[in-house]
Amino acid sequence: MASADELTFHEFEEATNLLAETPDAATTSRSDQLTPQGHVAVAVGSGGSYGAEDEVEEESDKAALLQEKQQQQPGFWTFSYYQSFFDVDTSQVLNRIKGSLLPRPGHNFVRHHLRNRPDLYGPFWICATLAFVLAVTGNLTLVLAQRRDPSIHYSPQFHKVTVAGISIYCYAWLVPLALWGFLRWRKGVRERMGPYTFLETVCVYGYSLFVFIPMVVLWLIPVPWLQWLFGALALGLSATGLVFTLWPVVREDTRLVAMVLLSAVVLLHALLAVGCKLYFFQSLPLEKVAPPPQITSLPSNIPLPPTLPQSMAPS
Amino acid sequence: MAEAEESPGDPGTASPRPLMRDLKAVGKKFMHVLYPRKSNTLLRDWDLWGPLILCVTLALMLQRDSVDSEKDGGPQFAEVFVIVWFGAVTITLNSKLLGGNISFFQSLCVLGYCILPLTVAMLICRLVLLADPGPVNFMVRLFVVIVMFAWSIVASTAFLADSQPPNRRALAVYPVFLFYFVISWMILTFTPQ
Repeated sequence: MASADELTFHEFEEATNLLAETPDAATTSRSDQLTPQGHVAVAVGSGGSYGAEDEVEEESDKAALLQEKQQQQPGFWTFSYYQSFFDVDTSQVLNRIKGSLLPRPGHNFVRHHLRNRPDLYGPFWICATLAFVLAVTGNLTLVLAQRRDPSIHYSPQFHKVTVAGISIYCYAWLVPLALWGFLRWRKGVRERMGPYTFLETVCVYGYSLFVFIPMVVLWLIPVPWLQWLFGALALGLSATGLVFTLWPVVREDTRLVAMVLLSAVVLLHALLAVGCKLYFFQSLPLEKVAPPPQITSLPSNIPLPPTLPQSMAPS
Repeated sequence: MAEAEESPGDPGTASPRPLMRDLKAVGKKFMHVLYPRKSNTLLRDWDLWGPLILCVTLALMLQRDSVDSEKDGGPQFAEVFVIVWFGAVTITLNSKLLGGNISFFQSLCVLGYCILPLTVAMLICRLVLLADPGPVNFMVRLFVVIVMFAWSIVASTAFLADSQPPNRRALAVYPVFLFYFVISWMILTFTPQ
């Protein structure tokens, strides 16, 4: 045990040095470098896939205490408290987005990309972008459908912006809240891995929604099987990222709880994607019916005679 | 907003003067937006009259008729208002949280004034829509909206970009892009009933 104590002491110094530097140091594109310093000093809890877990945990506990003391100073009513959640650079945000697009089994998003400095910029603006892109592309689909079939009544459908916004933001905040609450409740079962903080969970969910943005844009292509293919691909990427991030936390729990939790996470994500597709990109039945009060779009496999070109204003 | 001291002796002459002066200040800022140069006028003498006038004009022109069905129409007057003002406030908060050194109302002022090109685009679109509908009609409107959108972005970043450190400039400018994109979208999809 003497050698372990020595090691613990030395690496604690390194941890404090790194922590002192952390406010200024940019945790930028060194995600591929698995230096023990960068990983050990700032992590709370163990990164199980890297080994040396006991030493990692002891230093990281002390490092976490130091970090908590530093973080407790601004109260939540001050502006600088919230400023600490926007303490990111452009390169860091882009790095985190890249990390969410390409999930890898060994690389936990929270440990590897967030490095215990979650930000609120990414989740907030990704959700805003997704909500507006949903509304805009849903509207565009209707425009393109009307050009093929002038009997469809076009209207700007502005209420869809509010629906999109509210549903995306509720998903990106309430589901992480529930997940975080559940993980904290099960905290007693796990010995080694501490649960993620609420903000880290929000961050993971927010960045995982990024892949839906290009998916929604690609849904403009009016080929149904292609739309479902893109949807499945994006959902797979996004859910995989979530599962890889949550796996180190839940695998110490009972098998049943772990499976239920992970499948609930994936199911909710799938529900979001399918809900977006069905609500914003509805498809008409094959027979041409009189336009119902709900606006629908036309699948492309109906052969229609080319009509006179129409502008977006109904004649 | 500075107001002229009204001498209690002659109340009759006091009222037109502050109005003309304020209108001139607003007009001067309009010119600064239309020809964006590196100048501090918008930042130093900020006011919110210009943004209010622009927002009301835009919302009046964008609102749908009450005859149209409630669910499927374009934005209501209040919706445009809320989008513009909440959008501007959110962008300002974002910019300040990222560590920008611009004050809250200065940022609101700049964002509001830079809606001017888009308001001009709305006017042009309404005029163009009086002509025959057709793809040419749509192309003209699309071109006008794109040009004015680019103009708004250039004008606002000319004023706002300097307030952020260079490694966060893109983070602060992206929400501005999104904001004007949404407004441009509302203008482009406007259909008179």
